[in-house]
Parts: sequence; structure tokens; C-alpha cells
Amino acid sequence: MGIFQQLTEKPWLTVEGKEPAEQRAFSLESPHVGLRVFLAVATVLFTLFLVVYVERMTFPDWRPLSEPWVLWLNTLVLVISSAGFHWAWVNADRGDLDGIKTGLLAGGMASFAFLAGQLWAWRLLVDLGYYDMANPAIGFFYLLTGLHGLHLLGGLVAWFRTSAKVKAEVGLAQLRLSVGLCAVYWHFLLVVWLVLFGLLLLT
Amino acid sequence: MLVPIMLLLVGLGTVVFHFVSPWWWTPIASNWGYIDDTIILTFWVTGVVFVGVVLFIAWCTYRYRYQKGKKADYEPENAKLEWWLTILTTIGVAAMLAPGLWVWNDFVTVPEDAAEFEVVAKQWEWTYRFPGKDGKLGTTDAKYINDDNPFGINPKDKNGRDDILIDDGEVHLPINQPVKVLLRSIDVLHDFGIVQFRAKMDMVPGTVTSFWFTPTRIGEFDVLCFELCGVGHYAMRGMVVVDSVSDFQAWLDEQPTFAQSLAEAESDSDKSSNRVFSEASSPDREIAR
Amino acid sequence: MAYVAPAEVEQIPPAEVEDVELYHAKSWVTKYVFSQDAKVIAIQYSATAIAIGLVGLVLSWLMRLQLGFPELFDFIEPSDYYQFITVHGMIMVIYLLTALFLGGFGNYLIPLMVGARDMVFPYVNMVSYWVYLGAVILLIVSFFVPGGATGAGWTLYPPQAILSGTPGSEGGIILMLVSLALFIIGFTMGGLNYVVTVLQARTRGMTLMRLPLTIWGIFTATVLALLAFPALLVGAVMMTFDKLLGTSFFMPALVEMGVYLDYGGGSPLLFQHLFWFFGHPEVYIVALPAFGIVSDLISVHARRHIFGYRMMVWAIVGIGALSFVVWAHHMYVSGMNPWFGFFFATTTLIIAVPTALKVYNWTLTLWKGNIRFTLPMLFALAFIVTFVNGGITGLFLGNVVVDVPLSDTMFVVAHFHMVMGVAPLLVVFGGIYHWFPLITGRMLHEGMGQFHFWVTFIGAYTIFLPLHYLGFLGVPRRYFEMGETNFIPESAQDLNAFVTVVALTVGVAQIVFFINLFWSLKNGKLAGHNPWKACSLEWRTAHVPPRHGNFDDLPVVYRWAYDYGVPGADEDFIPQDVPPDRVSTGKGEV
Ligand code: HEM
Ligand SMILES: [Cu+2]
Ligand SMILES: [Cu+2]
Repeated sequence: MGIFQQLTEKPWLTVEGKEPAEQRAFSLESPHVGLRVFLAVATVLFTLFLVVYVERMTFPDWRPLSEPWVLWLNTLVLVISSAGFHWAWVNADRGDLDGIKTGLLAGGMASFAFLAGQLWAWRLLVDLGYYDMANPAIGFFYLLTGLHGLHLLGGLVAWFRTSAKVKAEVGLAQLRLSVGLCAVYWHFLLVVWLVLFGLLLLT
Repeated sequence: MLVPIMLLLVGLGTVVFHFVSPWWWTPIASNWGYIDDTIILTFWVTGVVFVGVVLFIAWCTYRYRYQKGKKADYEPENAKLEWWLTILTTIGVAAMLAPGLWVWNDFVTVPEDAAEFEVVAKQWEWTYRFPGKDGKLGTTDAKYINDDNPFGINPKDKNGRDDILIDDGEVHLPINQPVKVLLRSIDVLHDFGIVQFRAKMDMVPGTVTSFWFTPTRIGEFDVLCFELCGVGHYAMRGMVVVDSVSDFQAWLDEQPTFAQSLAEAESDSDKSSNRVFSEASSPDREIAR
Repeated sequence: MAYVAPAEVEQIPPAEVEDVELYHAKSWVTKYVFSQDAKVIAIQYSATAIAIGLVGLVLSWLMRLQLGFPELFDFIEPSDYYQFITVHGMIMVIYLLTALFLGGFGNYLIPLMVGARDMVFPYVNMVSYWVYLGAVILLIVSFFVPGGATGAGWTLYPPQAILSGTPGSEGGIILMLVSLALFIIGFTMGGLNYVVTVLQARTRGMTLMRLPLTIWGIFTATVLALLAFPALLVGAVMMTFDKLLGTSFFMPALVEMGVYLDYGGGSPLLFQHLFWFFGHPEVYIVALPAFGIVSDLISVHARRHIFGYRMMVWAIVGIGALSFVVWAHHMYVSGMNPWFGFFFATTTLIIAVPTALKVYNWTLTLWKGNIRFTLPMLFALAFIVTFVNGGITGLFLGNVVVDVPLSDTMFVVAHFHMVMGVAPLLVVFGGIYHWFPLITGRMLHEGMGQFHFWVTFIGAYTIFLPLHYLGFLGVPRRYFEMGETNFIPESAQDLNAFVTVVALTVGVAQIVFFINLFWSLKNGKLAGHNPWKACSLEWRTAHVPPRHGNFDDLPVVYRWAYDYGVPGADEDFIPQDVPPDRVSTGKGEV
């Protein structure tokens, strides 16, 4: 039943019962719904940052900064990491444990590489003399990359726990759930990064 | 019985308090009488609703109080009633909003003949600046602010040389002359408000804000700060004195210009200090820790 | 009457869902301290929120003492006063009311009312509480760092919030920002639970439109909070950067106390927009659960279905959505582009329409009801009165030009205390009197309750009604003392003294409430099952108080939560899980 129909029902009239599954708003498993809700919150958070960024740009003291080249490399690494998780997810659906392992390993390692690369980018900026926080573009650069990195770190906790589950040889169903959650989260972080990176490049 | 009676008393008590309260706005001294009228209108519309609702529940609690064995009426919805209530409420809301927006339009449309003067706020005092003979205020920037130039007027700007500076917190204005108040702060947020003029506006460091009014009554009016600006907020006082035109002109002529104050500062430059405002004219800094 | 006679009803197939596996506590610590049972978490949240709320109450006494008798209390310095208002405001709005309604009532009622065994993510739910507790502790700690707590007002506007003219600009402001960030993180964890539980864990037959309004209120408020708190987080993080790293996100070029600071180019108004983008929905985060709960209190104790249930749901959702497009009505005199005033005044006054409809429907529920003057009902009635009063003054402040003389005066203080202080707190009390029998198995003492009610209702109304008139007079808010003016009469001070006396009385009278809570825990009348004869599921558990897992067999829902006074039925209420063929109709069960 469409949401509109559900919300216009006259509850004092409808008395017929419904299958329990129908009472759920989404056919997804609850953890996935939970993750989506969280991603909605994170999206609001990043969007607000971007809005503030664009707004702050309109003030006269804004001096654009040139992004270090390693960000391109990092972007590639993040794509690999996201692909790794996707690979793991696909294999989880197939029930291929080895595939899951490879995917998780590739995804996790690439994530660490990405974080290292981001730190390197910070170093490069400092070396270039970009630590004058009075320039809002620089402040934003550290803020936004830092925030994105923190989210990725949080994801790595989930990655760690999923890997532990692989070790512990929990059932495939459980694994598929965990791997799926990771994959969705990494895709999200990739999209966020692409948007952030695009904005940083353009300004 | 207690409940309906108490509800009745609360409803009626509110109305009685409203009418006997000795605390009410002070007589207006500007052109913003329309604002007062809008408030009165809002009072009537909302007051009727308030009294209506409270009386209705008082009556319901009396009429439909619990009786053993009785059953409440069963009518989950009444679309017609709800439509009527929606429409009536919308009309009531529109009756307040339309005049409100109309007056707001006045409030934000500065008349052509408005004279400009500037209020500059700092923790926790008011200073003022009038354009000199040229009728133009000099440009300013926070970076020019120092001991000799507390207003931060651009020394290179010719328009600024003849600006008239008042730094003792009291400003005079001519009666019946529309004025546009330019508001500037050199440190934090403040808010320049005069209760009798029914107008106020925040001052935001980094930008110039403004509002306009016409003083319509001769007298002295307290300037209060209406935006929390630190420990001295409550004691940040000034005074607007509304004069006849001739008294105003006489007062203005006595005030120093920027050029004069610069010259004066040069003559006793030996007493310079590295702080800008060495004398603490506002609540002492001790409080601020 | 559009009632479907039981005979026409289709039969419902037997339950086929497998039961969820519950976490089972193994030790005392995991049962009562690091508990994953939403009911225990609810009690923890409530106890913490009420405890910190008492701190907020004591702070309000100190402020009232200063305002009522400005010369008398030397130990209150201006900087203390500003710290008190800041922490008081912050505590009351966020750490008390938000936490109590969502973390407290939400945790207790959501699983029970939707017919679930627990929240969907119990572990995350537990962590949520501990993070919240951390936030509360940081807030308290901020009083004891050098320079004390921040005195920037609960709005924390930069630049002053981080400059030396404001108390607590050294450590206090940082701790406040970090505490808020923690609160937001903790809340997000809890909020995910509340939302997903309502979406996914409803029991068989519990369609969206059969949810009690309490759940609708809490659910919508949680969604608002999840979407609004990020704005506060963004503001807090960026202000922390400005303070600690010297960025200029919000800081313009300025000269502070004669010193030209290294900031430049930032915009204080940007922060204000962020703050109020959070701040206005926050008002509804507090109000919507109150709306929901009070609807249920009124319905149960008036023995009548809620009038216009669908309108009530739509209004909750509509108000929630609209609350994101009105924020700048807090900024009419902030120096923002004055043309925004037209837009925001219009949206603000539009919200008044669904809000008014809710009020009408509450009163129309009373109408033709069979009203019992139980304590929850009394508090609900008091809520209507205070909420209407406070809502009406909101129309003054929302109508942009009327706001100009009134903004930042005591009128504002009176308005928001009435509408989001007194009114929601009355609902909190009503809710406690209503659900205490469920939580503990015992009734609260009626006599003490009556005393508590009348003093609180009449007292709170007497405190805040006159303050509006001080606002008309032009007395600004956040004034340590009024000092000399040439327009405020002496009598205003007498009024202030009177208000202070009443405020202290009301405050002290709360002791009776707490005595009642503790006394009744042991000595209250046994409540038994469903003492109020309510329809909703929380009263249909096998045990009172409900045990871990809530229900023995998950209930199956056959009707909405408001089948009171159904024509033809013997009793004046039919619980949600009673199948149509089990309703007794005078001819015995069908
Ligand atoms: C009977 C209990 C209460 C009393 C006597 C009281 C009293 C006060 C006083 C005297 C002020 C400072 C006014 C000023 O100088 O500007 C204040 C501010 C405030 N109160 Fe209360 N209050 C009470 C309960 C509440 C509650 C329940 C709330 C929850 C919404 C609340 C929220 C606030 C807020 C948000 C402020 C503004 C703080 C600021 O200006 O930054 N208060 N209260
Ligand atoms: Cu101030
Ligand atoms: Cu608002």
C-alpha cells in the first residue's frame, strides 16, 4: 500500500488483519533501514557543511587554494576500496567465502591507504605553507577532509568487526548482512568524497 | 466542581489582569504607531481565541464530567466541522498577518528624505557619528581603529575628515526629521534599541545594519542594548535627546570633527598608550575576569 | 455511525512470524547498569534528565533571586548571572526536555506501544545513554574549569561566545560545545532506534494509522531531531575551530577591548542561521511528543476516542515539516536582509493553523466525553490552557513587525517559558502520573498529587503571565539588573519580587512530587492491570510492570488505540488486541 493510502486510512473502520511483513514500512532488513537513516543524517550534516562552505565563499577574504595532486591518487584508492567491498558483497550473495575475504581485505587495505594518503595531503599542504588558518578555504579543507576521514575511521571499526566474524565463521546469512552494510556505507563515503573533492577542485 | 471553576477563574483572571495591569507600554515617541495598532489587533484576535478555548473547556469539564455507566459520544471525525475551523483560523491568521506585512513594508522602506547618522557600539558603550558638511560619512574599517581613531575611519578618505564624532553616549536628534540609523559594531553583537521608538536592530561586526524612524516627541529617551554582548550588557546605556531643529543644530555645531580630534590627539601624543580604550568607562573588566 | 459490526469482519490468520531473539542479561550489572532493555534505559535517561533538570531549576531560583531582589544577593555577580541563564537554558531545553521525552518516554513507550519486545538495536541504545551521561557530566564539569561555564546565552552567538568579554570564554565554551557534540552523537544513536523500531518492529495489525498519537509525536520529533541536530553540530564544530585553531568561519575582523584580533572576514550571521535551523525544530522536538502524549491522556481520561485522529496525525507531520522553513523568525532584528521577514512571517503564521487544529481537536475530544478528573487529566487540561496562552504570544513574535518592539524583551522569555517550558513540563508530569502504575505497579498518592498539580499549574501560570507585561514595558531579557531608566516604573520591581516569591514556592512544592514518587514506590495502592482502562498495548502485558521482552506472546492488533465508547459494546473501551469476535455486546461474547 502506498504511503499516501496508509496515511489516509480511517483506522476506526479498517479491521481486517495484515501479514506482519506488511506492517514494516520497508522490505529491507532492519539494520539496513537503520543504516539508511544514519546515512540520511550524515547527508544532512555534509550538505550543511557544503552550504556553509558556498556561503562563506561569497565573502571577500576567500582565497582559493590549489589542491595537492595526491588527492587524485587518493580518489582512485577510495574507488578501489569501495569496489572491494562491493566485490565482497556480490560474493556474499553467491555464498563464496573466499571472494568475501578477498573483497574485505582489498577494501580495508585500500581504506587505510586512503587515510594515509589524506594525511600525506595535509603534510603537503603544510609544506606548501598552507597552514594560515585565517584563510577560510584552508580551514574548510582540513575540516571537510578530517570529517570525511573520521567517518571512514568509524567504518573501519565495522570492517574490523566483520572481519572478526569471518574469522569466527559465523553463518553466511549473518555475514552477508554485515558485508552488505559495509558496502553500502563505503559507497556512500565514496559519493561524499567525490562531491567534496569536486567542490574543492572547483573553488 | 473545582476544575471547571478554576479553569473559568484562570481564563477570566487573565483577562482581568490584562485590563488592570499597570504595566503597559510607554507612550510612543516615533512614527511607528502602526506597530502599536498591529499589536492591539493581534491582542483582540488572539484574545478572543484564548478566552473562547478556555471557556469551552471549562464548560465541557462541567457538562461532561464523569458519570458512572455513561458512555461518551462516538464520532471519530467530523469533516465539516474541521473544515470550518480551518477556514476560520486561516481568516484570523490572515487578519493579523496582512496588516503586519504591510507595516513591515513601511519599516523596511526608507524614505528618500531620511537623514543618516551612525551608531557605533563597543563593549559596553555607545558612540555616534554624523556626516559633516559634505553630507557623506567617511568609509571605515576595523584595521584603522586605534587610540586616535576609535571609529576606524579611513584617514585617506576625504569624506571622513569632517565627520562629527560623539563619544559620550548621548546623541541629539531633530524632531520630525526621518532618520536612517546606520549601525556598526567594532567588537561583538549589540542591539541598538529605544523602547519609545518601538524599534531596534542588531549591530553585527563586519557589516553595517540599519533601520529608520522619525522622532515625534521632544524628550530624553534611554538607549538600551538588546543583544547579550558580554558581562556589561545590562549596563550598556546611552541616551537619545530629541530636540527642536534649532537646538539640535546648536548642539551639533559644538561637537568635534574627525580632523579636529586627530589634531588634538597629535598635540598630546606623548600620553599615548598601546591600548586603545585605556579608560574603563563601562562596567569594570574585573567582573569579566 | 460508521462502526463496522464485528460480524462483517474477516478473520485474521494466525501469527507466523518467528520471534526475535532477545539479548539476555547475565549479571546484575548487565541487567541494571549496562542494560540493553529499553525500559531500563528509559529509567536511566529519565533519572539523569530529571537530576540535571533540578540543577537547572536551582539555577532559575538564583536568577529569580537576583531579578527579584537585585541589591540583596551580593554573591551573584553579573558574570555568574550570565553563566546561570546560559546553563539553565541549555539544560532545560536539551538535557532535560529533549532527553526526557525521547530518551525517557520514547524508550519506555515505543516498544510497548507498537507491540515489540524491545528496540531494534538494543546495544546501540545502551551506548546512547552512556554517551548522553557523558555529555551531562561535561556540562557540569564546565562550571569548575577556570573561568567557569560559558555565559554566552543558550544561543552561544559568536563572536562574543569565544571572546574575553563573555564569562567562560576560556574553557567553559569549549566544554559546552564538546558536550553538545556528545549529546548529538548519543542522541543520534538513540534516535536511529526510535525511528527504525517504529518503522520496522510494529506487531501484526499495527498499521501506521493505528499507532497511538504518543508514538506519532515521538516518532516525528525524533525525525526532526535527527535532521536538525546536525546543524547545531556544524555550528559547534566550526566555532570550536574558530576558538582553538584561529579559523575565521564566523569571526569578522574586530577590535576586542582595544586589541585588533587576527580574525577576519567571517560571518556571525552564518552561525545564527545554523543555530536556528536547529533551534526552531528543537522547539517542536519538545512540543510534538508533548502533543502526542497529551492526546492520549485526554482520550483515555475523557473516555472518548480522540477527535479527528487523522487530522491529528497530519498536523503532527505537517508541523514537523513546516518547522524547517521558519527558523529566521528568531532573526527578524538580527541584521539579516529585512526582506526575508516577509517570507518567514508568512510561514510562521501558517504553522499556527495546524497547531490550532490540534488544540480544537483536544477540546472536541473533551466535548461529549465522560471526563474523569484524574491527575493525568488535570495536567492535560492545564497543558491546553498554558499551551494556548503561549501559542498565542507566538503569533505576536512571529508577525515580523510586532516582533520588533518585543524581541529580546521579557515578553520573549515569558512566551517560550509558557509554550515550551511550562506546557511540556505539565505533560511530563501528566505522563508520569499516567504511566507510573505501569512502570512500578503502584498508583501515585492522589492527595499529594492534587496538591502538586494545583500549586504547579496556578503557580507557573502566575510566574510567567505577568512577565509578558514587563516585556511590553520594554524590560530586556538577559539583564542582570534593570538599573535606572526614565520609563520603567518602580512597580515593575515589585512585580519582579512577587514573581520571584511565587517561583520559589512552586520550586519548593516539587518536593511533594518527589516524596510522592518515593513513597508510592513502596506504599502506593496496587495498580493491577490497566488501572485507567486504556486501550493501547502497553497496558496489555502479561505482567505489571512489564518484564524483559515486554509481552509473553506478541499481541495482535485488531483496532486503533481509541475504541472508547464504542456503541453496542458492553464496556466503554475495547483494547487494541481484542479481536472483533471477542467484544462483549450485552448478549455475551459473540
Ligand atoms: C519554574 C521554572 C523556571 C523558572 C523560574 C525560570 C526562570 C528563568 C529566568 C529568570 C531566565 C532568565 C531570563 C533573562 O534574564 O533573560 C530564564 C531563561 C531561560 N529559561 Fe527558564 N525558568 C524556568 C524553567 C524553564 C524551563 C522548563 C525551560 C525549558 C524550555 C526554560 C528555558 C529557558 C531558556 C531557553 C532561557 C533562556 C536562556 C538564555 O537567555 O540564554 N526555563 N529562565
Ligand atoms: Cu548588549
Ligand atoms: Cu522558532
